Amino acid sequence: MKSTSRLGAWVAIAIGTIYFLLPLIATFEFSLKMNRDGYSFEAYKVVLSDPGFQATFGYSTLMAVLTIIVGILLVVPTAYWIQLKLPRLRPLVEFITLLPLVIPAIVIVFGYLKLYNSSAWLPLTGNDRATDFLLMCSYVTLALPYLYRSIDAGLRAIDVRTLTEAAESLGASWPSILLQVIFPNVKSAILSGAFLTFAVVIGEFTMASLLGRPAFGPYLQLIGANRAYEPSALAIIAFLVTWASMGLIQVFARNARPARKTA
Amino acid sequence: MPTSPDSVTHCPPEAGQARKRLAPSALNWLGVVPFFLFALLFLILPTATLMIGAFQDANGHFTLGNIAKLFDDSILSAYWISFEVSAASALGGSLIGLLLALAAIQGGLPAWIRPTLMTFSGVASNFAGIPLSFAFLSTLGRMGLVTVLLRNYADFDLYSTGFSILSFIGLTLTYLYFQIPLMVLIVTPAIDGLRAEWREACESLGGSSVAYWWHIALPILWPSILGSTLLLFANAFGAVATAYALTGSSLNIVPILLYAQIRGDVLHDQNLGYALALGMIVVTGLSNAGYIWLRSRAERGRE
Repeated sequence: MKSTSRLGAWVAIAIGTIYFLLPLIATFEFSLKMNRDGYSFEAYKVVLSDPGFQATFGYSTLMAVLTIIVGILLVVPTAYWIQLKLPRLRPLVEFITLLPLVIPAIVIVFGYLKLYNSSAWLPLTGNDRATDFLLMCSYVTLALPYLYRSIDAGLRAIDVRTLTEAAESLGASWPSILLQVIFPNVKSAILSGAFLTFAVVIGEFTMASLLGRPAFGPYLQLIGANRAYEPSALAIIAFLVTWASMGLIQVFARNARPARKTA
Repeated sequence: MPTSPDSVTHCPPEAGQARKRLAPSALNWLGVVPFFLFALLFLILPTATLMIGAFQDANGHFTLGNIAKLFDDSILSAYWISFEVSAASALGGSLIGLLLALAAIQGGLPAWIRPTLMTFSGVASNFAGIPLSFAFLSTLGRMGLVTVLLRNYADFDLYSTGFSILSFIGLTLTYLYFQIPLMVLIVTPAIDGLRAEWREACESLGGSSVAYWWHIALPILWPSILGSTLLLFANAFGAVATAYALTGSSLNIVPILLYAQIRGDVLHDQNLGYALALGMIVVTGLSNAGYIWLRSRAERGRE
């Protein structure tokens, strides 16, 4: 009985491994075939030296960093405040932060285009800088579920009230309580939310494409429609970026665990 | 901004008693104003304006005509294909994801399997969109590795069977790549909730392992499984990028139709576009509501 169920488990894991590794292997193999006379990293060389790649990847990286900063500045004080002062608002705030998982991104951006078009009361699609701002806000919206859940869990694991009262009795002001007491204590939660946000934003297509900004996602789509080997190289690069983001989350989560116990 | 003076007057008196020396009571509500303002501007108002637009004609008068037009054959068929792809990838994803999670957690495999599967699931569930479509084109496209290997070594032409990566089955196979790992991540806590004592109790009473699964484990797990399936369904229903990069506009699913509508008003009717968006929210909203309801049931059952 035991050995048959273990065999079944091995079979399940083996089939899963094949299904998940095969596309990666195939993509990698395809990306090496740009030169007709054998395997080479030619496609990677072409992609990495393409000014379009550099510009769009840089743009999306900048967007991701801005999204993370604004997202953290929005979510940490809110989650902290809810925990400390307004616990009865928690269900409402949690519900709002889950909405971006319920409302598809394409619907949200459609709403932006209707609400903020160039003849509207707040014409955020009127010029490039304003649209960049709108795109960043759309990414903060997309990141809300991940950021809020991660940071809220981090705050619950520490004694917010005691820390706040201790800091206050030592004469700390509100900004320094947040920056010097709360932020450092939920650093690993913030970082894991931040890396997840990075992974989501870096290749995002729908928002950037419909807002007409030169991000990495629309660039990927353009290359995919026009080139043969470069898309595979780009897919491998994108996979490595996602993998790196997730790996860093694991690293920080592991480092944080013993620290939290002593705190 | 109407924040400071207004929120003072809105502040209920009992909020002030809760904290004594921390800050004046107005600050309590001021602290959450940025969040609610942001949510209003970039989440709630944009969605609300579409919902209102769905019930208006071109002149802004109330009408149910747009909703009625959703039931025209061309649009209804888009919803139907979307429904099929989402349902197939959600059912397949939840079944396979459940089996993988069970195998890793309860299969008696080496201890390193579980953390490896979890880490990989975290990566793969986020590896969606355009790069994913590239990966599947390189695997199962006409020049893909699997297609070529089958042709060269097994003398089997995949595409002679009517298979195409640009079709319903191709899209479903591709969606499974992020659906299965997502299922693994959501269902793992539920499987961890199965206590070893229950199995031991069942065995000591002479129950077989089939009896354990049928009478104990599945009845406990099923709200989680069903709820996760609904979440996977909503996840696939709203996905745009993967399908767009994979099939272009050859597969008529709702997100792609909506994308084309936003880009160039292909329906020649702005308000019908809003109704299309409303229909998407209704579908994803209902399946998420089902997920939340089932999850709360599952959590109550575990206590």
